[in-house]
Amino acid sequence: MQYKDYYKTLGIERDATQDKVKQAYRRLARKYHPDVSKEANAEEQFKAVGEAYEVLKDPEKRAAYDQLGSQWRAGQDFRPPPGWDAGFEFSGDDASVFSDFFESLFGQSVGARGERAGFSAQGQDHHAKVMIDIEDAYTGATRQISLHSPHLDSTGHVRTKDRTLNVKIPKGVRQGQSIRLTGQGDSGMGQGRAGDLYLEVEFRPHPLYRVKGRDVYIDLPLTPWEMALGAQVRVPTPAGPVDVNIPPSSQPGHKLRLAGRGIPAQNKGDLFVVLKVVLPPADTDKKRKIYEDMARELAFNPRQHMAV
Amino acid sequence: MVDTRKVLTGIVVDEQIELTLSDLCRSCAVERERIIAFVEEGILTPKFVSSEQSEYRFLGSSVKRAARAVRLQRDLELNLAGVAVALDLLDEVERLRTRLRMYEE
Repeated sequence: MQYKDYYKTLGIERDATQDKVKQAYRRLARKYHPDVSKEANAEEQFKAVGEAYEVLKDPEKRAAYDQLGSQWRAGQDFRPPPGWDAGFEFSGDDASVFSDFFESLFGQSVGARGERAGFSAQGQDHHAKVMIDIEDAYTGATRQISLHSPHLDSTGHVRTKDRTLNVKIPKGVRQGQSIRLTGQGDSGMGQGRAGDLYLEVEFRPHPLYRVKGRDVYIDLPLTPWEMALGAQVRVPTPAGPVDVNIPPSSQPGHKLRLAGRGIPAQNKGDLFVVLKVVLPPADTDKKRKIYEDMARELAFNPRQHMAV
Repeated sequence: MVDTRKVLTGIVVDEQIELTLSDLCRSCAVERERIIAFVEEGILTPKFVSSEQSEYRFLGSSVKRAARAVRLQRDLELNLAGVAVALDLLDEVERLRTRLRMYEE
């Protein structure tokens, strides 16, 4: 088991006042809250900060923790000395899952949520995220999802249960929508029925496609002559390649709408092809000559409206 | 506990789905009063309001919003007005991020 330096986690000195502890916690909780933060590992950071606060906000727990001494370093192999907590009494009803380090020191009592004879309650619903590819939303797919959910064992302790579920991702699902799996949440107590599992769908970033609601966008690189003269080009879409007509005199930034080729939700989204120009480099005499001919023959001033 | 054979099929909780007050309470593990307070603060807007709270109906997307509101309130000790502002700003950030992605290579 690894020693955890709760002061370091909160970025405070060992002699920080309770006000300072609270301040540091509030600041870091806002920074790493999974609903707010886009930081990498926000969720782990948030849990670590929460665990540190759970100990340091409580004068009893803090005193007991301090008693372990300050010679420990974070990550160091740790065993609680026998009888280290004599004289301290802890009570807690927090059902969140803390580290082994925390549990070895303070245990995990869950009071009110323990099982009572003849008592029925509906199991709690659970919320989790599932990452899918844009293509999955077009065709539907089956995804294996690993969940680590806290649950109570027979002695009333919180344990993490790992489960793997195969879940059907329905065709037409959109970013941010939830899939409800009935009865896959907490099991109920007594006669109570099990809770549900809500999986929030998130699309993995895709190198070609961007998604906005039901609509999908793709950037299409074109040559100057394809833009100017018009062309028929093959464009990838999540449902397979299609041929698209580029109208003559197109300009970069123009969007071509392929109706109904977005996410196949109940109201089908559209696919937008955004036109981009890529210029061939003028890196040989021959190519330079062609550009020079264009400059002379076309006599085109794109800055005319700037009147300079 | 790995069951590799069974495939679970769920339903997409979208605008087609209606939720009752007790559905929302269960999904967020909170009391009715909390959801009612969210409604009164304008954090949640029922699709259908009646004098009987048990007849309230919410859009499917309310599950996510309500769960978020509960977490923010609990973890950051925000009051209702704070939760409301945070949620609106988070929605706005989400919209702007989506737009930004449109302009980034």
